[in-house]
Amino acid sequence: MNDPLLVVEGLAKSYGGRMGCADVSFTLEPGEVLAIVGESGSGKTTLLNLISGQLPPDQGRVAYRMRDGALRNILDLTEAERRFLARTDWGFVHQDARNGLRMGVSAGGNIGERLMGIGDRHYGKIRDVALNWLDRVEIDPARIDDKPGQFSGGMRQRLQIARNLVTNPRLVFMDEPTGGLDVSVQARLLDLIRGLVAELGLAVVLVTHDLAVARLLSHRILVMKGGYVIEAGLTDRVLDDPQEAYTQLLVSSVLAA
Amino acid sequence: MSATAENYRGYNFAYLDEQTKRMIRRAILKAIAIPGYQVPFASREMPMPYGWGTGGVQVTAAILGPDDILKVIDQGADDTTNAVSIRQFFEKTAGVQTTTETGKATIIQTRHRIPEATLQDHQVLVYQVPIPEPLRFLEPRETETRTMHALAEYGLMHVKLYEDIAQHGHIAKTYDYPVLVAERYVMAPSPIPKFDNPKMHQSGALQLFGAGREKRIYAIPPHTEVVSLDFEDHPFEPTKFTEPCALCGALDSYLDEVITDDKGGRMFVCSDTHHCESRRAEGHVGALGTPITPVTEAAE
Repeated sequence: MNDPLLVVEGLAKSYGGRMGCADVSFTLEPGEVLAIVGESGSGKTTLLNLISGQLPPDQGRVAYRMRDGALRNILDLTEAERRFLARTDWGFVHQDARNGLRMGVSAGGNIGERLMGIGDRHYGKIRDVALNWLDRVEIDPARIDDKPGQFSGGMRQRLQIARNLVTNPRLVFMDEPTGGLDVSVQARLLDLIRGLVAELGLAVVLVTHDLAVARLLSHRILVMKGGYVIEAGLTDRVLDDPQEAYTQLLVSSVLAA
Repeated sequence: MSATAENYRGYNFAYLDEQTKRMIRRAILKAIAIPGYQVPFASREMPMPYGWGTGGVQVTAAILGPDDILKVIDQGADDTTNAVSIRQFFEKTAGVQTTTETGKATIIQTRHRIPEATLQDHQVLVYQVPIPEPLRFLEPRETETRTMHALAEYGLMHVKLYEDIAQHGHIAKTYDYPVLVAERYVMAPSPIPKFDNPKMHQSGALQLFGAGREKRIYAIPPHTEVVSLDFEDHPFEPTKFTEPCALCGALDSYLDEVITDDKGGRMFVCSDTHHCESRRAEGHVGALGTPITPVTEAAE
């Protein structure tokens, strides 16, 4: 517990007079899955964008442990370093796969993009890696040359995960990865994510409003309301023994979570 | 100044006013200093429509001097509409000497081709460019493509090539084939056939690219490394032709298909008209050609 992967301290962001989130602090260990839950408008997505370096905070600090072991504030990185980090050591799984995929490019090209981005110049090898990853995310490798537009919602989401994991990132941000999918597809996707996270030792920051997803995937939970973290703790503790009135309401409003 | 130029006294030499030329020369100097980098410039309205070579014309006007000898080609030919119009434009507005001979010209303005004859150190090749941004159809946002150039993030270009191989089994792009200039900037070589790409590498001539509508100038200085992008296991290959030119028998030049009747008859001839003519004048005869008596400066 001495080497956290991500350290967030006193993060705050407001949009003009409206508050996005305030006074958020937490740490994330390597291989740990942290769920951020809360209702719509509670600041979950703002927080995710802040810690993934896509939005500059008004206050606070986000430090990430680079591969060389040094903890560095991501806001002090140059844009080149930050972009390189984002496409090698990090992954970002969007709720709408359209935002995370290149819809005009085949599945193989989508998976290979990061490899080509870091200088891979051997077509055969890139293709082998893409085939291997399609198989790992349970997409028929024969569909490597199909475009994501021809895929179902669940397949697109799995393709998006493959595209992010191809460079062996250590930290993956997920924004409602199961949103908009029907229940049986959700179950398969969750199963897949859980398997990959355990196998690859990924650290994940998962934003969701679905407590069932949080319970299945995460080790720890942050509950947000009105931009503040109102309760934090181990997933089972928070969901089985919620302390805050709002968390109690949230847990009780779920059908058999 | 020739008699025709005298008649155009209302205009400055080579049409553009001196301040405009200065502005364009500054952009050109910057472009030469940063090979392959697209320099924005305040492109002017020219007395011809966009798409007819307004970028190339402005670059030519800015570098043209009274002693220059100008050659203008369109798809390799000196006698097509675009080439004739631009050549006449500079004959009228600058009164400079023009030629169709590649070796004699000091400035060659071109659309879609590089002449077959190897260009020399004293020559300048000016390209007319429709779309200067090689990443444009992959990434529509200008802010994003500029960032990608700034950070040399060119993985996306290879995604395009990957898609070609996945779909067609080989890199299907045959013109405007992207190149890496001086190991730094990825550049669109304008819609020249990929056959011409190797000619840009270590060329003795200065190569200037002008895009009028898109307001960009870029350059390849003489003797600069220009590499066509490819994969290790799918290397770049220039177009090869199986048959020789029907008129002059050349095996090493870029050929155009010419339909000769409505019964499927066709012939393949050099797209570089000067190259073809000079070879025929030297006595080379192709399968469908007839020997000609040497003609010098027929166009003049």
